[in-house]
Amino acid sequence: MKIHEYQAKEILRQFGVPTPRGHACFSVAEAENAARELGGSVWVVKAQIHAGGRGKGGGVKVARSLQEVSEHAQKILGMQLVTHQTGSAGQTVKRLLIEEGANIAREYYVGMVIDRSRQRVVLMASSEGGMDIEEVAAHTPEKIHKVWIDPLAGLTDAEADAVAGKIGIPAAALPQARTCLQGLYRAFVEKDAMLAEINPLVLTADQRVVALDAKINFDSNALYRHPEITALRDMDEEDPAEVEASKFDLSYIALDGNIGCLVNGAGLAMATMDIIKLYGGSPANFLDVGGGANKEKVTEAFKLMLKNPELRAILVNIFGGIMKCDVIAEGVVAAAREVHLKVPLVVRLEGTNVDLGKKILAESGLPIISANNMADAAQKVVAAAQGV
Amino acid sequence: MSILINKNTRVMTQGMTGKVGQFHTLHSKNYANGAECFVAGVTPGKAGQSYEGIPVYNSVLEAKQQTGATVSVIYVPPAYAAAAIDEAVAADLDLVICITEGIPVHDMLKTRYKMQGKRTLLIGPNCPGLITPDEIKIGIMPGHIHKKGRIGVVSRSGTLTYEAVGQLTELGYGQSSCVGIGGDPINGLKHLDVLKLFNDDPETDAVIMVGEIGGSDEEECARWIKGNMKKPVVGFIAGITAPAGKRMGHAGAIISGGQGGAEDKLAVMEECGIHITRNPAEMGRTMQKILKGNA
Repeated sequence: MKIHEYQAKEILRQFGVPTPRGHACFSVAEAENAARELGGSVWVVKAQIHAGGRGKGGGVKVARSLQEVSEHAQKILGMQLVTHQTGSAGQTVKRLLIEEGANIAREYYVGMVIDRSRQRVVLMASSEGGMDIEEVAAHTPEKIHKVWIDPLAGLTDAEADAVAGKIGIPAAALPQARTCLQGLYRAFVEKDAMLAEINPLVLTADQRVVALDAKINFDSNALYRHPEITALRDMDEEDPAEVEASKFDLSYIALDGNIGCLVNGAGLAMATMDIIKLYGGSPANFLDVGGGANKEKVTEAFKLMLKNPELRAILVNIFGGIMKCDVIAEGVVAAAREVHLKVPLVVRLEGTNVDLGKKILAESGLPIISANNMADAAQKVVAAAQGV
Repeated sequence: MSILINKNTRVMTQGMTGKVGQFHTLHSKNYANGAECFVAGVTPGKAGQSYEGIPVYNSVLEAKQQTGATVSVIYVPPAYAAAAIDEAVAADLDLVICITEGIPVHDMLKTRYKMQGKRTLLIGPNCPGLITPDEIKIGIMPGHIHKKGRIGVVSRSGTLTYEAVGQLTELGYGQSSCVGIGGDPINGLKHLDVLKLFNDDPETDAVIMVGEIGGSDEEECARWIKGNMKKPVVGFIAGITAPAGKRMGHAGAIISGGQGGAEDKLAVMEECGIHITRNPAEMGRTMQKILKGNA
């Protein structure tokens, strides 16, 4: 689960990481009031959307008067902010962060992720602050320093100081950097994060170390023990279809093709998308119905797919395993009836009672095309989508 | 022979008094030698009960001491599953198979840390389990699609493993053992560990390795295969059409940080001598071609 920058900064402050003072705002008036309350003569108006690259897209502006704060807020609130992470449609800006300006002397990158190979949390730090870290990793990997953190010892003082020194934080500021890095690690572990980044971490002209930006993603499997994180979820930032799917325990991701896929199991669901592409079609979605492909779930899955105006055909690919094919077939038929399915439906079932399952599909009176295996199913659905 | 488990393996189910645990324990008990193999269940506070004639114990240690079971399979809910693995490791079992899906990653990091230096092997979590056809089935896979034979199967995915197995059986090729290592980012045995076991198993002639997007385990495995594997390997990677940055169902199936893309994995695998196919319907036939060519 993703959250906004201002929310991530609030969490980091709880773990002792200094950030600029600031307020989240939902209107121009709130933005102006926030700036007045913060005082000073320089403010930053920052669009709050979950995607990165906001600055380049025009979503981050410096203001040198309250008038400018108001003007920038006016412009940014409600804009369709397009960044390299939003897709071409962009994301509507509904929230702003108004912050005091910072006098930046140096910028650094620090981030944490879970290293799957070493099965540790890894701290990554770089002198190249403010840059896209994937670019740094691709072109100058030697500028990224890594520390694999022992879960029992945590990030030690010595490790924190050593890595801070390597990225060029001056000796006098090392104690502050240590506070930031250790706070980031504690937040990462205690809040069940999958990714946490401070980019940039800055050294100000008056030698303070401050988190100027922050990003934290959380493990959705751990949200049950973090109601305070769940409360930060912003539905405006999520694909409505994916939100709807999650209510029914379906895993759904919209793609740009026209063949709907309904599959049990994530691996088989991906493989089904792949084989559709291989036979010249284009998948409209990833959809994993999980183990229990019952009537209710299949019905909801059909409804979701049918919301897509581009949809030309649906492929149901269920490797029933222990589930009986006749039971699944009855569920598919009932679901197709309930949604008054008009597009061609290709069904491939595997498991026990396959023949009985096929018989139920054939006798349903619905435009259901049975397939014998995955390749057969893919070829049939691609043809159906092309109107052949 | 086979890898990891055979008809002499004695198994306990952790979480046997739950609905899922009961359902799959019964199916496993009814498969091949299951009635001899499944000897105990563990649910704290429920000692003295039994299910289908299988006695329930309060702890893994007690179940091990009373029945001699050295392998456990876990169906405990996600919030408690990592602790269940810890208990099995503390009881010094040979092998733990964790079926549970949705365990918090940080729980698994701590559990894997505690497993360092211990002899217990872990398969999963979020996996279908493993099977040695006609001998023993531990997990949620459908027994009837399998056939005893000489092909090893290892995969991160559940139903896609069944797909590979189904194709092999259809073509008349049986399996020595089939291992689902699971779709989570932090797990126990990886492709590489399982490939090493198949390489050393005199009754495995060739292996199908099914991977998916995310991480770099398949690449690491491929590099080992290049220098060490004595048997042919067929490979498939799911997710060629998956967009970057989107988690495709499995917690571990995501292309991120410029890593984990299917084409990159396939390129490394091909370069390392693995017989790759981009068509998931051709895993069995790709194996058939190789075996016929070698014959």
